Amino acid sequence: MKDTTQGYVTEDGRHIGGVMMEMKNITLRFGGVVAITDVSFDIREGEIRAIIGPNGAGKSSMLNVINGFYHPQEGEVWFRGKKRPSMPPYEIAEQGIARTFQNIALFKGMTTIENVMTGRQLMMKKNFFWQLLRLGPALDEEVKHRRRCEEIIDFLEIQAIRNTPVGSLPYGLQKRVELARALAMEPKLLLLDEPMAGMNVEEKEDMSRFILDVNDQYGTTIALIEHDMSVVMDLADRVVVLDYGKQLADGTPDEVQKNQAVIDAYLGVEH
Amino acid sequence: MSGIFYDVLADPFLQMWQMPDFFIQVLWEGFVSGILYALIALGFVLIFKASGIFNFAQGIMVVFSGLTLVGLHALGVPAFVALIITLGVMYVLAYLVERLVLRNLVNQPDIILFMATIGLTNILIGGGQWIFGGETKSMITAELMIPTGSSVWEPGGGIVIFQHIDIAAALIAAMLIVGLALFFSKTKVGRALRAVADDHQASLSVGISLNQIWVITWFAAGIVALVAGIMWGARSDVSFSLQIIALKALPVLVLGGFTSVPGAIVGGLIIGIGEKLFEIYWGPLFGSGVEGWFAYVIALVFLLFRPQGLFGEKIIERV
Repeated sequence: MKDTTQGYVTEDGRHIGGVMMEMKNITLRFGGVVAITDVSFDIREGEIRAIIGPNGAGKSSMLNVINGFYHPQEGEVWFRGKKRPSMPPYEIAEQGIARTFQNIALFKGMTTIENVMTGRQLMMKKNFFWQLLRLGPALDEEVKHRRRCEEIIDFLEIQAIRNTPVGSLPYGLQKRVELARALAMEPKLLLLDEPMAGMNVEEKEDMSRFILDVNDQYGTTIALIEHDMSVVMDLADRVVVLDYGKQLADGTPDEVQKNQAVIDAYLGVEH
Repeated sequence: MSGIFYDVLADPFLQMWQMPDFFIQVLWEGFVSGILYALIALGFVLIFKASGIFNFAQGIMVVFSGLTLVGLHALGVPAFVALIITLGVMYVLAYLVERLVLRNLVNQPDIILFMATIGLTNILIGGGQWIFGGETKSMITAELMIPTGSSVWEPGGGIVIFQHIDIAAALIAAMLIVGLALFFSKTKVGRALRAVADDHQASLSVGISLNQIWVITWFAAGIVALVAGIMWGARSDVSFSLQIIALKALPVLVLGGFTSVPGAIVGGLIIGIGEKLFEIYWGPLFGSGVEGWFAYVIALVFLLFRPQGLFGEKIIERV
């Protein structure tokens, strides 16, 4: 369990801890198509880590590997000092990894608060018989979790839509509800799949602020995907760049921005 | 005064007016079969909501559970113990279906899963006949303490007969439906079921095991099938021809919407009552056997004008 890798201090003075998750030489294939080729990087405790790259670079595939939707053919995933065996996504959720989706995956038939409450699913332990009767220990439990969810809803400033069915909400708010649901799981590692995609400038700024606040107030480690480089530069502590499933660069935003391979991938070069 | 318009538009209502006690009797009979249709449709809705599968085997599950119960009792097992063992058998069936069928066919097109349930139907028919034999059996009504007498109500000189077994069927069905509604809205597992019905990936991401939920839904559908099997069996007999009535669930579902529990109930009642009224008052115009096709005609009309059913989710395509 002991981790020997040293942490570091960011420019804004946040202390980043040891390695939480390490991807070692990950290769992922779908039949003959290679989505990810030999990619290795780590995510440290308390860090905001970005995975960027042009469309089709394998970013979402990488997130799906971390979250257990995909199982890589080669390579190892290490989480909190242990090599992680191949396991289904719901068990990975149990280990403290939550996520959002690029194309918003909310429970459309439910209201905002109900959606957020599903994030507490794993923490509710009481017998369903008590839950059915709404009595005793089950009621206490329900109230406790409900209170926590209300706090998260306040934190993300979506009180006004608490009881609105999410299917009818505008896109930007749906993204926020999805983030609230992930936060309700009190994850150790939060995965965000293009949290700013399809948003206008104002919504993007709001979302950036929430991501920073989540990291700051809850100490949550965050790994996010983005194809828009400018968004990531202000947000991330370290950035790994993928292109056509291969790793182009890994480093601080400044380092990555100066990397010639990255510039070529984004601007395109004549070969 | 005669003619087609009189026969269709006036005479039936005149008859209803002239013999109100008989009219009430017809309504009641329709209501009871409507409840039983609703029960069967409910089994379909549970599985369709959780996994998007139209479970063709729901009808044979009704027969199979009924036969298991009767068969166990014939071996000398006390009625209520047999009931509990039958519940266990339905759980094992749900588990095996998940393990052997669903798990291996996950993410396949709906039609593949539908075909798999047809396969399951044939296995249950074959297996059922092998284990229990093909002959008709009578439900152990008295042993399960289901009342069998009847009460007579005489409103203003008329006469309406209520079979106790029908009253029991209505009550038990109502309790089951309320129980399921509470289970869905109040419990953690119910919340997980609704989550899975909405979005598989999102459910996985919050830590819900689809496999576990599928076992639970198939088991719930198995319980509903068992209750339907007991009640139908008590009114007629337990035989393999019972599975034909399960086809009646199809118009009920078209009417109520494939994803709506209240829809299944209302749809069942409309089909049950509508069919009986039509049979009695309009049936003579068509000759006999109206009950056999009336429900499907209603379903057809609905498909033309409201394909999502009364309570189904609206089909909106964003462009």
